[in-house]
Amino acid sequence: MADQNESPEAQEMAAVQDPAAQKNAQLLALLHRLFGAETFTDVEEPYGLLTVTTTRERIHDIVAGLQQDQELQLNFLTTMCGMHFPDREGQELGMVYHLHSLTQNIRLRLKIFFPIADPVVPTLTDLYATANWMERETYDFYGIIFPGHPNLVRILNVDDMDYHPMRKEYALEDGTREDKTDLFFGR
Amino acid sequence: MAVNDTLEGTRKIVEEAEVQRPNLHPLAPSVNDFNQELTTLNLGPTHPATHGIFQNILQMDGERIVSGVPTIGYIHRAFEKIAERRPFYQITPLTDRMNYCSSPINNMGWHMTVEKLLGVEVPKRAQYIRVILMELARITDHLICNGILGVDTGAFTGFLYLMDEREKVYEIYEEVSGARLTTNMGRVGGMERDFNDVAIAKLRAWLKTFPAVMAEFEKMFNRNRIFMDRVVDVGAISAERALNYGFTGPNLRAAGVDYDVRVMNPYSSYQDFEFEIPVGTKGDTYDRFMVRNEEIWQSLRIINQALENLPEGPYHADAPHYYLPPKQAVYKNMEALIYHFKIVMGEIEAPVGEVYHSVEGGNGELGFYLVSDGGRTPYRLHFRRPCFIYYQAYTEMVTGQTLSDAIVTLSSMNVIAGELDA
Repeated sequence: MADQNESPEAQEMAAVQDPAAQKNAQLLALLHRLFGAETFTDVEEPYGLLTVTTTRERIHDIVAGLQQDQELQLNFLTTMCGMHFPDREGQELGMVYHLHSLTQNIRLRLKIFFPIADPVVPTLTDLYATANWMERETYDFYGIIFPGHPNLVRILNVDDMDYHPMRKEYALEDGTREDKTDLFFGR
Repeated sequence: MAVNDTLEGTRKIVEEAEVQRPNLHPLAPSVNDFNQELTTLNLGPTHPATHGIFQNILQMDGERIVSGVPTIGYIHRAFEKIAERRPFYQITPLTDRMNYCSSPINNMGWHMTVEKLLGVEVPKRAQYIRVILMELARITDHLICNGILGVDTGAFTGFLYLMDEREKVYEIYEEVSGARLTTNMGRVGGMERDFNDVAIAKLRAWLKTFPAVMAEFEKMFNRNRIFMDRVVDVGAISAERALNYGFTGPNLRAAGVDYDVRVMNPYSSYQDFEFEIPVGTKGDTYDRFMVRNEEIWQSLRIINQALENLPEGPYHADAPHYYLPPKQAVYKNMEALIYHFKIVMGEIEAPVGEVYHSVEGGNGELGFYLVSDGGRTPYRLHFRRPCFIYYQAYTEMVTGQTLSDAIVTLSSMNVIAGELDA
């Protein structure tokens, strides 16, 4: 993982030496070439895995473009999952996609964030059959809607459940208790 | 003629009655289905041949399956939600209960994820011990799958012999961790204890006796005409579809794609060992069976190499912030007491960050996506569960097949309900 404080030249030097960083640089260049540099924000490499943030308007194009791309062949959807950050105004909900190239052995993590009042994300089921249940699970847990999904119903929880349990608004412990003020135990 | 008249009459009555029928279940057969004479069959939720609690509502045309609707979630325990309240070391028992046929792999995968986040380097001896245990777990996982596939095709004997061998592996687990099925094995930073002499002796004895049993099992099934008639060309999936469905592990390799996390992204010193990745050609039930058999032999190779070259040295990392001190030291040593208290009470802080780590589980790429906000528990933990991902292809794989084929296909895919539902 490249140190954030290093100068760009030093980072480039490190990238030349480390094959994984070299691959990430190649992938990032490809992303910029195919979809434009302005599409991606927050480019990071936590623990060697290239992570970029984009918008939900572009996510379908990007995944489709990478699936068709012959240079790096990121055509395996490893997993996707939802996330909830209640403190981020207008960006409360998120989706995280992990793509993998089985020929080049490169992984890419794509993130999108959007407001909880409008939890709508384009479906990937037309690109990947495996996205079907992953999106149903995300809908079940976070209430994210995927227009175009063939069968967007709950998958793991019971059908008549009227809330989305993985949202951070449901604490596992009673948050109103006043007899217990131990800071280390409350989240 | 009379019969036809009667049938027409019956249909008419049914069609008229349709108007008055109350709210039907959406999956209940309609008049159209009746006319095509399709039968609705509930395969599961509790059926001995499904080996777990999941339901398939099948539309049958005689013996052939026309379509199916899978229902899952019967043993959903909300592990991802529970994990958001648990310190890292208390999440290990949750991973036990995902693929409970190979829980050591789940345990080690989780420890390695946390170690990656914390930046802890595990000593070579601990890595080799982990490899031995993970490969034992892979063998037991494949033994269950192939043994039960034998049972489903009518051969009970092979299963019993294999279970005898699995029992011996569980005795080795017992020596290492004290538990058999849900092992809660190892710690963040290494192993909780070293291999003792009994464990080594049991392992060596098992390595001597098991190959003969395995060879016998293979002799009984691999070229058995009755068995092959039941499994060849049954429940096949092409490599392209398998990849599109996110298949990993033996099921993907049976379709001809040589993707194995142990080779592609070696962890825990897998790069030190010589082994091969068996692949199939057609992705049918027979290929899945053969791939698993061969993987058992390759796992034995890895175990033998790891045991022969087991390095000397510590069995856990020198990471006192994360690795519990020995209990004796806690009573006598001030630092040990402090670290013990801090770890147990959850005052240890983890770095802020996100990490994805995957291991080759019994059924494929078992991934852990961990988001840490610096607290004692994960902010978000997502499990990439191979069973959950590939089971959705089941309906497509059995459409057009007979019911008995659907049973062996399900069996050979090795769908473990705990991992499916998490």
